Amino acid sequence: MNFEISKEPINIQAVIDKVVQREAGAITTFIGTVRELTHGKKTLYLIYEAYESMAVRKLEQIGQEIEEKWPGSMVAISHRVGKLDITDVAVVIAVSTPHRADAYEANRYAIERIKEIVPIWKKEHWEDGQEWIGNQKETVAYPTGKPEEADLND
Amino acid sequence: MIKVLFFAHLRDEAGQESVEVEAAGKSIAELKQELASAYGIQKLDAVMAAVNEEFADDDEVIKEGDTVAFIPPVSGG
Repeated sequence: MNFEISKEPINIQAVIDKVVQREAGAITTFIGTVRELTHGKKTLYLIYEAYESMAVRKLEQIGQEIEEKWPGSMVAISHRVGKLDITDVAVVIAVSTPHRADAYEANRYAIERIKEIVPIWKKEHWEDGQEWIGNQKETVAYPTGKPEEADLND
Repeated sequence: MIKVLFFAHLRDEAGQESVEVEAAGKSIAELKQELASAYGIQKLDAVMAAVNEEFADDDEVIKEGDTVAFIPPVSGG
């Protein structure tokens, strides 16, 4: 179970342990946390929601993509759902590779792909209201409301 | 019958998280039109769909027993 959606706080070390391998010369760990201020606006807390079965499949897909792009890599990803307070851990990504440059690159790739194809949504709660957040990358990634064709299958 | 799943703001708009409808033989685009008017959902035509947990295009034809989920732009991470 290297890819999971968790209703409980994520055990960071447990995610790292999943990618330990004798062939690795590096493990990078990304820890995504809940930020208080976004463009000056104060967040009180977040609710994360997932289409869990599909989210796990898409996390697995990202793992497969990484193993193809960076041979010899191992990947584990846990994403939290439910109510999260400021500083809480929302996502942990661990990648091990034979050489360190690949471990950094592959880990960055994983978080960017999560923001493109994994069905997880966050609802921001502020002092003056709440809103489901979409297109967090703030790009034109979804001009037609959907990921690019290449994002889906490659 | 097929199962339709709504998430995030779509669930808030639809007022429920899943519904069962007759839709076998229809395209995703046709289903979107029907649901948008039946549940008063804004801009459903611009939302991505998934059939049985895989992203699907608007012209994909729905089969009996499918699960169709509407996937607003994601914001995980």
